[in-house]
Amino acid sequence: MSIECLVLGAGQDVGKSCVVATIGGRRVMFDCGVHLFCRGRSSYPEFDRILAASGATDFTAAISCVVITHSHLDHIGALPYFTEVCGYHGPIYMTYPTKALAPMMLEDYRKVMVDQQWEEGQYSYEDILRCLKKVIPLDLKQTIQVDKDLVIRAYYAGHVLGAAMIYAKVGDAAMVYTGDYNMTPDRHLGAAQIDRLKLDLLITESTYAKTTRDSRRAREREFLQAVHKCVSGGGKVLIPLFAVGRAQELCMLLDDYWERMNWKIPIYFSAGLTIQSNTYYKMLIGWTSQKIKDNYRAHNPFDFKHVRHFERSFINNPGPCVLFATPGMISNSGGFSFEVFKKWAPSEKNLVTLPGYCGPGSIGHKLMSGKSTRIEVDKDTHIDVRCQIHQLAFSPHTDSKGIMDLIEFLSPKHVILVHGEKPLMAFLKERVESELGMPCYYPANNESVSIPATKNLKMSATERFITSCASEQTEDNLRKQKLICGSNMSEANTDRKLAEGILLMEKNKAVKILCEDELVQVLGMERHLVQNEPMVSSRTGAAGE
Amino acid sequence: MKLTCLSTTGGGGSYHSPASHLLELEGLRFLLDCPIDLTALADFSPVPLTGDAGGLIRAVPRYLSPAAAAAAKVGGIDAVLVSSATGVLGLPFLARLPGFAHTKIYVTEVAARTGKLMMGELVEMHREFVRYYGPDTGELPRWMEGEKLNELLSMLEKAVTVDKGDDLTSLMPLYSPGNIEECMQKIQPVKYGEEVCFNGIFTLKASSSGLELGNSVWTIKGPRASITYLPSSVFVSAHALDFDYSSLKENDVILFSDLSSLNDMDVDNDKLDEHAMDETEHSLCRRSVLRDDGADVDEKIAFLCNNDDIKEEIERISYICSCIIDAIKSGGSVLIPIGRLGVILLLLELISEMLHSSSIKVPIFMVSETAEEIIAFTNALPEWLCKSRQEKLFSGEALFDHVDLLKEGKLFLFPHLHSKDLIAAWKEPCIVLCPHWSLRLGPAVHLLRRWHADKRCLLVLEQGSDAELCLKPFMPLAIQVLECSFLSGLRTEKIDTLLGVLKPKFVMLPEGLKSRCSVKGRPWSFLYYSKGKTIELPNLQEDFEVHLGTDVAHRLQPRKLNETTAVARLRAKLHVSSGQYQLAAAEKQSDQSKRHLLHWDAVDPDRLLPALQEKGMVCSFAADDDSSGERSVLITSPGEALVKITSDRTVIYCDDERTSGHIFDALSRVCNGI
Repeated sequence: MSIECLVLGAGQDVGKSCVVATIGGRRVMFDCGVHLFCRGRSSYPEFDRILAASGATDFTAAISCVVITHSHLDHIGALPYFTEVCGYHGPIYMTYPTKALAPMMLEDYRKVMVDQQWEEGQYSYEDILRCLKKVIPLDLKQTIQVDKDLVIRAYYAGHVLGAAMIYAKVGDAAMVYTGDYNMTPDRHLGAAQIDRLKLDLLITESTYAKTTRDSRRAREREFLQAVHKCVSGGGKVLIPLFAVGRAQELCMLLDDYWERMNWKIPIYFSAGLTIQSNTYYKMLIGWTSQKIKDNYRAHNPFDFKHVRHFERSFINNPGPCVLFATPGMISNSGGFSFEVFKKWAPSEKNLVTLPGYCGPGSIGHKLMSGKSTRIEVDKDTHIDVRCQIHQLAFSPHTDSKGIMDLIEFLSPKHVILVHGEKPLMAFLKERVESELGMPCYYPANNESVSIPATKNLKMSATERFITSCASEQTEDNLRKQKLICGSNMSEANTDRKLAEGILLMEKNKAVKILCEDELVQVLGMERHLVQNEPMVSSRTGAAGE
Repeated sequence: MKLTCLSTTGGGGSYHSPASHLLELEGLRFLLDCPIDLTALADFSPVPLTGDAGGLIRAVPRYLSPAAAAAAKVGGIDAVLVSSATGVLGLPFLARLPGFAHTKIYVTEVAARTGKLMMGELVEMHREFVRYYGPDTGELPRWMEGEKLNELLSMLEKAVTVDKGDDLTSLMPLYSPGNIEECMQKIQPVKYGEEVCFNGIFTLKASSSGLELGNSVWTIKGPRASITYLPSSVFVSAHALDFDYSSLKENDVILFSDLSSLNDMDVDNDKLDEHAMDETEHSLCRRSVLRDDGADVDEKIAFLCNNDDIKEEIERISYICSCIIDAIKSGGSVLIPIGRLGVILLLLELISEMLHSSSIKVPIFMVSETAEEIIAFTNALPEWLCKSRQEKLFSGEALFDHVDLLKEGKLFLFPHLHSKDLIAAWKEPCIVLCPHWSLRLGPAVHLLRRWHADKRCLLVLEQGSDAELCLKPFMPLAIQVLECSFLSGLRTEKIDTLLGVLKPKFVMLPEGLKSRCSVKGRPWSFLYYSKGKTIELPNLQEDFEVHLGTDVAHRLQPRKLNETTAVARLRAKLHVSSGQYQLAAAEKQSDQSKRHLLHWDAVDPDRLLPALQEKGMVCSFAADDDSSGERSVLITSPGEALVKITSDRTVIYCDDERTSGHIFDALSRVCNGI
């Protein structure tokens, strides 16, 4: 048996995450994302390759289920296209928050499609709704029997509300696909959490394959200082980001800070989108960090005190303010964040904060990469950028230490890296192989990797055999435990001796493991004892006779 | 497998006091639910003492938890599986006992949270007695001696069929907040569908039972049997996630512990006789139709999951609401001391709707320690709600209407009657939801005192407890009393169909349902349990299933015994995790592995000699063989040794390990062994 992995997206790249894994005849698609810097069909994974690989004529027959790890577009953006245009009708799984947040995210993206006038590959608002209606929501740790053989389970991944790592198992072959994850808790989400599972394969993201980050608190302070400096000088702060996740995290940070400073300066959320997502956050508080859950009794922490709704006409209002606007990274092709940026960028009093990662081609990328003071919008217009630029140095992705820690914790037999940049992945692969001694791969898009998978033989064993075995420590809790707790249990067999027994194979009967004595009995043998004695006892024995 | 039923449904019915059991599996003890039976409370007079409290005990109440008492008696419990918030309530009684130091308690996150709130509230309300009488010192109070106790016992017997033997010790002083904390620390909260491993060999899984938020059915998968613990369940719910029966399919044994229909028989039989006859006949017809079809599972499921039950429930609650509206219209206030979370949530929605449609503006008060927290967290647990409410999450609406009622100033939450802001907001007529249904504890006592003589007012009581006794201290009454019952579990006529879908091998059924479930032609067998008795079920299978890694299998050296049989010696490491026995390769394989350790059949000494010589040994039969059947082989080189062979034994006398090793090897070649 083997696990076959076809990487359709995020292979040596960040964008359009999509991996199709074939485990013992079951085919699971992990994530179905779009590439944010491509247009039309080229932004989608090449789904046709699944049909080619499987020999099936349609996607529903080829794929057992689709599992989406979280609501970011590079992980979910192509889903309505896959279900409504390509015609996949099988089961789709995602966590409750992901299902709740997905329509907003997808609708956000659909507007970009319309703005950019895609010639092909567009989907409609109705497609989004129809697609999400079919989604089966998942709770964390819930074991889902997809079909007779395929089992999946979601584990907490941090990163964004509802993000999950996915465990999939067919027979004895098991794997985990991490999606994006964070190994340290942030303002509103906990750190990734997973059981110590027996895995043949781990597919992990590797966005920050080479970066080790220092204290989050220090980075947060830098951000607050930049904001403080700007607003106390009467400037405006533009924080372009995507609707979900980072917005709530930064909002909590600012809301707290405002409370402490006793400020009345307005914090705005653009468009209805992000306010709407706060409503979801309030209902999904069970998916935030333990700290929030523990402290939350009656007041909901996502009822932000200082946050207000932003009207388009406020753009030219005087006085300081903070504005959260979509989309993140600021895109030439439009969006509200771009509109505001055009107005605010020329003043040196103002501040624009940018996320840690801006895709090439975005204005964010240009602002970060150099002292570019002039942004060409089109032939006739340009923006003179004089405002301050602050780059957020904390990220919802794990750093390289976190990746290594997770790999070591899970100790899979094989590792595949996705969602990263090629040279960094090469570096991490070396580390995984040399430090952890596990074979590691980082296939490019449309390449596939095959790894061998565990196969166990099932047989029965007698109670005597089981009780005679040494007791082991459980994998789950390191508490001493009993194999079976009959009266014949004794402390003596807690040392780690080997299990010793006889395998009895009889024609037309199931294989059975039993103890020596039982074998003698079952087969009706006459036991012949063989003893070793010192020479001297032969003489005394003889003398005695 | 051994099952002892510790308590059947106590006062307040199966919702407030579910049955509890002690289950022994593979030598481990599982306690299934640990509720408190609050019936005994009715025999205590509420405080402050006013009115006619004649015959009621004037002292700090003690509490009855047969499950906790029985668990304490057996000395220790390995794990507790709890199916509902009410099933947690008795656990703090056990918190301090030494036999419970390592006990693990498994309960769903939501039931744990609700249970904790309920326990805290109980302790808080109980404090009113302590303030009045002084603390219960733990000594035997005066009322527990002599006449009084006998009276109490006879009343209890009437109400809960308490056995005379076990109640003196069972009546316990209430636990402290510290006990609750200790108990909470032992709790391992789980989600629906989460498989947790207990003690390596058991996999435990909670699935939704549909009765209430966080209530669960448990699957216990042991190495040799899978067991379903099935407490009260509801197929379709208006608030909680529906009964997830499909996850219970094909478990070997079902412990059927839904005793709600037993209660129905006791209480409703007289009133509903005529109606019930119709219904039984009707359902019998339906059932026989179903049985004839045999395998038509879809139809069975359609019968199980039809909306009839929940429609009736909504109708009942709507009826209550219309009575409430009538009382309000007449200028009276309404007191609703109902302790069911689901009913409260539905009532709030339906009352406010009705108030709105009849354009009446009266405030709704929830007066309870826990009101604020309950109301907040019920709007933040979409995963635990029925599908229609989950849809609300996905369309961005609040999960329950109470969110809007609060915002619009129609619903007010206060922890106590003496809360500061309550006086300011208070306006009569009003509708008050508050604890406690026993009418002995909490704000309900004070409000009933206030309104009991007003015939315009309405008291909504849950049927099940002895209403006459409950209302005794408030006599004479002018207030209208509406007694109502709510959906509490499976209807008897659905049991057979459900079992048909679940396909168990054995069903453990309460004695009381014996006559109601047909045995004829069913592929499963029934075992009947009753309170205090232990029933035993032999192992369904003798052997254990183990998994052998292919790497271990490849290293095996099988030896063919005859045409049909082969044996191989196995040396491996046995791991147990997540209920699976796994034989994995040992790190180092000693060369000993080639040596036979087990020999059988006789050794032919005439074949041994050449085998030894082949190994380069100089040997000969010893001359002094006697006639007893023993023969000896003397080895002189390379070392000195003597081998004595009888029909069932070979002894190698030798001081040199190498030589004896060689002899052993030679012997192995002429003897059957492994």
